[in-house]
Amino acid sequence: MKLLEVNDLKTYFKTSKGYVRAVDGVTFSLDHGECLGLVGESGCGKTTTALSITRLLPKGGEVKGGQIFLEGVDYATLTDKEIEDHRWEDVSIIFQGAMNAFNPVKKVGWQIAEACIRHKGMTKDEAWKRAGELFELVGIPAERVTQYPHEFSGGMKQRAMIAMALACDPKLIIGDEPTTALDVMIQAQILELLEDLRKKLNMGMILITHDLSILGETCDKIAVMYAGRIAEMGTVDDIFNHPAHPYTKALLACFPNIYSNERTVPEGIPGIPPDLIDPPEGCRFCPRCKCAFEACSKETPEFKEISEGHFVSCHLMGKEENHG
Amino acid sequence: MAEKLLEVKDLKVYFEMKKGLAKSLFGKPEILKAVDGVSFTINKGEILSLVGESGSGKTTTAKAILQLVPVTGGSVVFNGEEIVGKSDLTEFRKKAQMIYQDPYQSLNPRQYISDIVGEPLEVNGLVSTLEERDAKIKEALEEASLIPAEDYWFRRPFELSGGQRQRAAIAGSLILKPDLVAADEPVSMLDASIRTGIIDLMLKQRDMKGVAYLFITHDLSLAWLISDKIAIMYLGKIMEIGTAQEIVHESRHPYSKALLDIMPIPGKTLTEKRKILQGETPNASADIKGCKFCGRCPLATEICFEEEPTYKEVSPGHLVYCHKVEEEKTSD
Repeated sequence: MKLLEVNDLKTYFKTSKGYVRAVDGVTFSLDHGECLGLVGESGCGKTTTALSITRLLPKGGEVKGGQIFLEGVDYATLTDKEIEDHRWEDVSIIFQGAMNAFNPVKKVGWQIAEACIRHKGMTKDEAWKRAGELFELVGIPAERVTQYPHEFSGGMKQRAMIAMALACDPKLIIGDEPTTALDVMIQAQILELLEDLRKKLNMGMILITHDLSILGETCDKIAVMYAGRIAEMGTVDDIFNHPAHPYTKALLACFPNIYSNERTVPEGIPGIPPDLIDPPEGCRFCPRCKCAFEACSKETPEFKEISEGHFVSCHLMGKEENHG
Repeated sequence: MAEKLLEVKDLKVYFEMKKGLAKSLFGKPEILKAVDGVSFTINKGEILSLVGESGSGKTTTAKAILQLVPVTGGSVVFNGEEIVGKSDLTEFRKKAQMIYQDPYQSLNPRQYISDIVGEPLEVNGLVSTLEERDAKIKEALEEASLIPAEDYWFRRPFELSGGQRQRAAIAGSLILKPDLVAADEPVSMLDASIRTGIIDLMLKQRDMKGVAYLFITHDLSLAWLISDKIAIMYLGKIMEIGTAQEIVHESRHPYSKALLDIMPIPGKTLTEKRKILQGETPNASADIKGCKFCGRCPLATEICFEEEPTYKEVSPGHLVYCHKVEEEKTSD
């Protein structure tokens, strides 16, 4: 059985102007020990997808359709009470901006111990000991469990955040921009740590980021999201070396490559992402797409498998076949 | 030869740390050396990038050059004139501008875009009639690709996207036709697809009007893409300075090498494990006797902890702050 299967997930936010279709038909799956990178620009629904899986959506957000199977249990239909038993134990999340994710007036170790007491039924002493072990695991001296968040540097807070996510041995861990606020050197340290832990503990992992360049080394699969949908999904090699969707190609071209001989400023992608209250008909990338033709603004392209495990949602795929 | 626009020599900015009453009465004041002896020159129409991690003193260097923080020591010569200690900075302010990192915070939310962009004109008394003012604002907005300008005239910042806001901020800095613009991480808050448009806009101003940039970034690949020269900073010191190609492809300092080594290259699978520096940048108030980088340097030997290195010129204009560089040369 797959670890995680997300089928046609739809998460909408209610606003006074209507529903914002933040996630609108997302499908993917993940095996045990596998890492999926979820990449896209701000507002494309990456974080909402993660929050839907953990059912931590902010007020107004609602899973409107689709299924989220984690080891066969459909998280989309569980009640708020039921999901509490699964959260942290089966799936945990490393939040964006470790700087602000901890409670500043409680000891860091205690914030981790709390989860162990609630979910594992440990005594206070056991839980403190467990917090110390977790600190060692992520590379912080165990004696620092009694310190407060302000005594930690940014990189250490992020490490502690990871320790917290590991507290109850989850099967799936979701990192929501885990390195965005950090310096490049610390970013490399954290990514290496996540990679080591995933292999050691055989966890499934979803890594959410807007920086496509960091995914190459950490992930097995990459899903490129645009305006609430997955534009393209495939292995790291598929996405980087054989991208098929015009958006993926344009996004890749935005990152300068220091090993190319010429220094030319990439074109970028003109225009801005669509309004998700009233998204355009057909393909959502159509208004910004250089290759768009008639069908693009009329029909929603289907999510087609062009080679094993490589899915693309683009009308061009069918077109080429017809011509060939 | 290119004309020199800005010459910074041994610039120092120290801050005194605040602490408790008892300590401030009896102890020695604790000094944070944000910028500790930085020297470089920028020619007209040139782009110099300052690259480094947070706390390395990049922003403070830029602010010190623009006289926005008190300078502790050193000199800043702009267009042949010493700026440090000068009492009347009006002319200098017109010629040297800054673009800030966060377009969500740097624009006044209550003002119209046209007023934000036009304010520098009024402050400096550069326009006498309303028509003249409006014409200049229109020109500035159009140059920043906020077209048609009328559409943006009576909008407030919250009605604009991040990229548009940064364009408005740039329009405001460029309306005075400055010679030098210090751009503090102008694209780090923006999405990759929006980023290149802003970079393009800045480069166009350089090509058309000869604006020189002091470009601050933590992204070495971006610095490489646009700069003539790159300076790598660490703890208030320049570790290595040279042309963009020299820094990226022929770097000599262990810190620059470490930064390059962790740069992810899209699509390239790793053959060997990266050499990631362990630990974190020490506090800038710590008293480091020898080389600033010695604590984390993989090559550090005794001399690095004892003596401060000097800058060694490995090729014309390519300076390296490291004890080990010459040794490497002799052993070759």
